[in-house]
Amino acid sequence: MTRFSAARRGVAWRLLGTATAALLVASACSSSSGTPNNSITLNVILMKQAAYSDTDIKAMDDAFTKANPNITINAELVAYDSLHDKIVTAQVGGGGKYDVVLMDTPWPAELVKANIVTDITSKIPANFTSGVFDSAWTAAKYNGKIYGVPWINDTKFFFYNKDMFSKANIAAAPKTWDEVEADAKAIKATGVKYPITASWKQAEAVICDWTQLAAAFGGSDFVDASGKALFNQGGGLAALTFMKKLIDEGLVDPASLSQTEDDVNSVMSAGQSAMALNWTYGLAVMNDATKSTVAGKIAVAPSPGEGSVTTTGVNGGMSLAVTTTTKHPDEALQYALFLASESSQEMDVANALPMWKASFDNPTVTKGNPDLFEAAKIEFAGLVARPVVPYYTKLSNALQDAIQQALLGKKTPQQALDDVAAQLPTFQQ
Amino acid sequence: MTVDTLRRDPPKRSKPWPETWVAAAFVAPAALVILLVVVVPLARAAWMSLFDIELTKPGVEPFVGLGNYITQLTSASFWDSVSKAFFFTVVTTALELSLGIGLAMLMDQPMRLRWVLRSLVILPWALPTIVNALMWRWIDNATYGSLNALLTQVGFVHDYVPWLSQETTAMWMVIIADVWKMTPFCAILILAGLQGIDRELFEAARVDGASTIQMFRHIILPLLTPIILIVLVLRTMEAFKVFDVIWIMTGGGPASSTQTVAIYAYRTAYQGYDFGQGAALGYIIAIAIMLLAAVYLWLLRRTGSTKS
Repeated sequence: MTRFSAARRGVAWRLLGTATAALLVASACSSSSGTPNNSITLNVILMKQAAYSDTDIKAMDDAFTKANPNITINAELVAYDSLHDKIVTAQVGGGGKYDVVLMDTPWPAELVKANIVTDITSKIPANFTSGVFDSAWTAAKYNGKIYGVPWINDTKFFFYNKDMFSKANIAAAPKTWDEVEADAKAIKATGVKYPITASWKQAEAVICDWTQLAAAFGGSDFVDASGKALFNQGGGLAALTFMKKLIDEGLVDPASLSQTEDDVNSVMSAGQSAMALNWTYGLAVMNDATKSTVAGKIAVAPSPGEGSVTTTGVNGGMSLAVTTTTKHPDEALQYALFLASESSQEMDVANALPMWKASFDNPTVTKGNPDLFEAAKIEFAGLVARPVVPYYTKLSNALQDAIQQALLGKKTPQQALDDVAAQLPTFQQ
Repeated sequence: MTVDTLRRDPPKRSKPWPETWVAAAFVAPAALVILLVVVVPLARAAWMSLFDIELTKPGVEPFVGLGNYITQLTSASFWDSVSKAFFFTVVTTALELSLGIGLAMLMDQPMRLRWVLRSLVILPWALPTIVNALMWRWIDNATYGSLNALLTQVGFVHDYVPWLSQETTAMWMVIIADVWKMTPFCAILILAGLQGIDRELFEAARVDGASTIQMFRHIILPLLTPIILIVLVLRTMEAFKVFDVIWIMTGGGPASSTQTVAIYAYRTAYQGYDFGQGAALGYIIAIAIMLLAAVYLWLLRRTGSTKS
């Protein structure tokens, strides 16, 4: 190895010094070239979806910044499956990147316990409290306190192919799950291989469908007040047994076990199945002539009930929460309230139903899709929630696995749900 | 100004810094970055793995010693996910290696437009993993996937098969997706090894009347052993901690039949908020991979010493 001469060493030191100085100058420039002092940037994380699409959100953000020129919105849209994990990693591990986060119905307990979202009970305007559907608030509450502004009010509706129904001489949409089974058999007899398609992938989607069916079969609570499991008996057990029966009878497409809601839309749009449960946006997708081979033939009805239960719907609402780490809590709340306002909510009623009661009585809002509004009015009256408990994600993951074990016939429905019930104390520790 | 002033002695320099200090100063920025992004997180994770850290219980982080490790090592779900990862690793590595050797030998043959073949072979590897996984999810789709269309048209199956919805087929589908993407990587490395073999050996063997199979078994394979071991080390380490291709194609389902240990660790840490257990799982996976790598390296060294 050759040795550096003193002169070369001097040059090397100067190079190093210059590089360091350049780095320091660059970092100083970048920190000073930010936004002017009086302007604020709000970092927001929302969901990439059909209901309130990127374009809808951009329009809402533009309207907000026009009214509040000093506030810039930096919105990040991620897939639903990434939303929860991204919020947790950014807010806890990343030191608090976001000012506003979108919360799904079962998450408030977890996010409150993890000190991610802040209590805004006293800051909710009176018109919101009285004007918004009661069911929408369950997406935002924990222990009686409000942690989010309801933004999306949604549930799963019953969508069916009118042509396939009439070909099987079925005059009206089924009102009970027993009628669904009978109709599916009649449609299968006409040559449709799998009359029902479903989103029963090992993901949150299967929990939503099972919750909706469980409520129809009389079980709306997962756990009792003391934390004891209720999902492995009554409605929960009956629903899973019924789901398995539909698969065994060849009425539900077995591919449903790897399908999400988007896949359900695709199968229905391809005219492969006659009926499905899906969120509001599904109707517009399935009836979109540019994407669907059965455009205009898909109708909507309230989700079937069973016995004394007329209809049920899983609460698929979401809310906008202000984070505990934000430096601009007032502006963050102002943004959330703007997005949830009546005018913003009525922007895209084809894909996302408003959560304001008055919107349902406004003919200019409902005229585009009266059947959907009619079904929604009935279902919104009695939405059932997935449990708002701090250990929800663990419970949901275990239930997703158990439900699939039962549907694949690896365990009986009773055994699969009992196994999760046995794990409950571990989750609750 | 006089000539004397111009010719004055150069300013006295301070004593030059020792060479090692200069070297250390140049290495320091990179070392600092490595310290901050590798060493510190590793040490922090090791520390976290000794505590019961759950995000839903802020401020309550009791020291549990090796409790997290014991919990995981006695958990049926953990061992189930390890067996899934093990199966995935063995099958993908074996397939990628055998196909890689075959492809490399083909690409090594003198032929016209060999560069076209080499460029085509490398294409799957050039695809981002996410794109590859999404592509295979579409191909395997039961209702409108091209795999079912092809198989029904040629008469291999009479009915559409829900490939990703059955326990018996889901793991094989993610294996195929991984093999399709990673075989070129093995092939290129082995091709480099093949090109290092002296051609005279083949000619001599041919003169002695050796068949192609004999040449492969007694010349190519022994001389390729070091590179094969390197490929094995790299692929085993990657395959054991597989995450992205499975997460996108099946999400670990159906009924956790494709839930490998990395997916299990992710679910525990980020979906279960259990960072203590997650850190312990991370270390268990790292130690398992290090052990595997140590075995391979030992084999590599032994092969090297045998040859010398």
